[in-house]
Amino acid sequence: MSVRVLLPGAFQKHTNGTREIQSSAGNLPALITEIETTFPALKTHLRDESGQVRKFINFYVNEEDIRFLGNEKYAFQDGDEVLVIPSIAGGCAPRDTPFGQMQMQNWGVCSCCSYCGQEECICGD
Amino acid sequence: MAAAYELRCRECGKRYENAPLSICDECFSPLEVVVDLEAARHTFTRETIAAGPSSMWRYQALLPVPDDYVPTTPAGWTPLLRAPRLAERIGARNLWIKNDAVCLPTLSFKDRVVAVALANAQTFGFDTVGCSSTGNLANAVAAQAARLGLKSYILVPADLEAAKILNTQVYGATLVRINGNYDHVNRLCSQIADRYNWGFVNVNLRPYYAEGSKTVGFEIAEQLGWRLPDNVVVPMAGGSLIVKIRKAFKELIALGLVEEKEVRFFGAQATGCSPISTAVKNGADTIEPQRPATIARSLAIGNPADGIYATRAIRESRGWAEDVSDVEIVSAIQELAETEGVFTETAGGVTTAVTARLYAHGRIHPDELTVACITGNGLKTTDVLQGAYEQHAAIRPRLGDFETYLAERNEESELELGGAYVS
Repeated sequence: MSVRVLLPGAFQKHTNGTREIQSSAGNLPALITEIETTFPALKTHLRDESGQVRKFINFYVNEEDIRFLGNEKYAFQDGDEVLVIPSIAGGCAPRDTPFGQMQMQNWGVCSCCSYCGQEECICGD
Repeated sequence: MAAAYELRCRECGKRYENAPLSICDECFSPLEVVVDLEAARHTFTRETIAAGPSSMWRYQALLPVPDDYVPTTPAGWTPLLRAPRLAERIGARNLWIKNDAVCLPTLSFKDRVVAVALANAQTFGFDTVGCSSTGNLANAVAAQAARLGLKSYILVPADLEAAKILNTQVYGATLVRINGNYDHVNRLCSQIADRYNWGFVNVNLRPYYAEGSKTVGFEIAEQLGWRLPDNVVVPMAGGSLIVKIRKAFKELIALGLVEEKEVRFFGAQATGCSPISTAVKNGADTIEPQRPATIARSLAIGNPADGIYATRAIRESRGWAEDVSDVEIVSAIQELAETEGVFTETAGGVTTAVTARLYAHGRIHPDELTVACITGNGLKTTDVLQGAYEQHAAIRPRLGDFETYLAERNEESELELGGAYVS
């Protein structure tokens, strides 16, 4: 059993330019583990501080969002094509991130809160 | 900063020089344009704005374009209309319409975002631009690319309204119809943008593109006499517009152009594609993607890129979100046209119907100053009104025939009114 996995351009810096791999993983958690094993440099970038795969990374199987197929429960079929794509969105740093704090210190305004919905926003103060 | 704006990752804070880039290569999160408000403090005043052009470019100091950029497309500066007749119909007393149905050059608010995106495409030296689109963006990119002498590739769902397809092709754009919905098209564009050296306005130029939506908010504030409304009702597709209007208000407050005020934001979706309103109603922190099934195709994005930020902005402002059926959308299009003389597309029907429901449910007080954002023109989606109006037989050019016609029409009206016709 083998699936073809297409990696996004944003990963290349951590994959020595590799954009495609063949995997024998049976499901999404196994695939993510395999990607991390194959590209150790990618591991810390793929997951957040709590060990969760970052929320902006989407997985598609044969043109379908894997969340419509059962997500982690979906069993890959031989010949599946898996596409990894970071979602594209606007936004700015929540105040509890290093950048958010830097933004507050340097700029005195918090342009992030109109995005992140942080409580007790002090924009304009 | 070398320029008055730059890119930064919204999650990890990594800074990037201005470039056609939308994803952080460290944490794969979205990048954001940050405009240096301090640098603009002395140049962005009520007086300098009033002396500027009658277009969105009067706010150029807070848009991510080079200082010496000379715009060629006068998009924006659309009317803010009082809507007393619609207000009376739906139980409001201080309702306004921000009418981007007449935004130039292609009759939707997308002209604003494209103007900023293509300014940056030129700065970065692209000779070819493109987008994934539900229609309005396609029109805007095709038209403005033509004006700037850029080649354009426009990818759309194959079942898009005929008017939106024609209104793209007429500008000489290469239109690629994709068998799939917008989310499929968008994903393909991400792959294309990885491979081809093109400026995709809502992919690798997205951080710049999104800033153009702020001008809707700047205009609302200025047209109200430099004050903020109590409530804004905004249609949601990807979720970016509602977030950026809020950002615009925050920037105006930060620069002292308007008094501080917590404007409540209300989001509008079609029930057949309502991932954001569903999250708001359920109090969820994540967006569950949906398969779109609605006539409001310009809002039919099942996996909205800015959905989570839209949800948070609504929640933080103590607003709400609602979604309405396709039948309600068509009725609302007619209602807005009949009461205010504004013919909007399906997205505007969504906004109007949701606005009515917000009053009906008591979520908006009748006396509060409320602005409903109409974002597109009804001439683009006339197919949804097919069969809505009876065509009477033509009459001869004679006064007698006309009077007979009028008498018959009056009889029909009386019959329709039935017992209510008592005077």
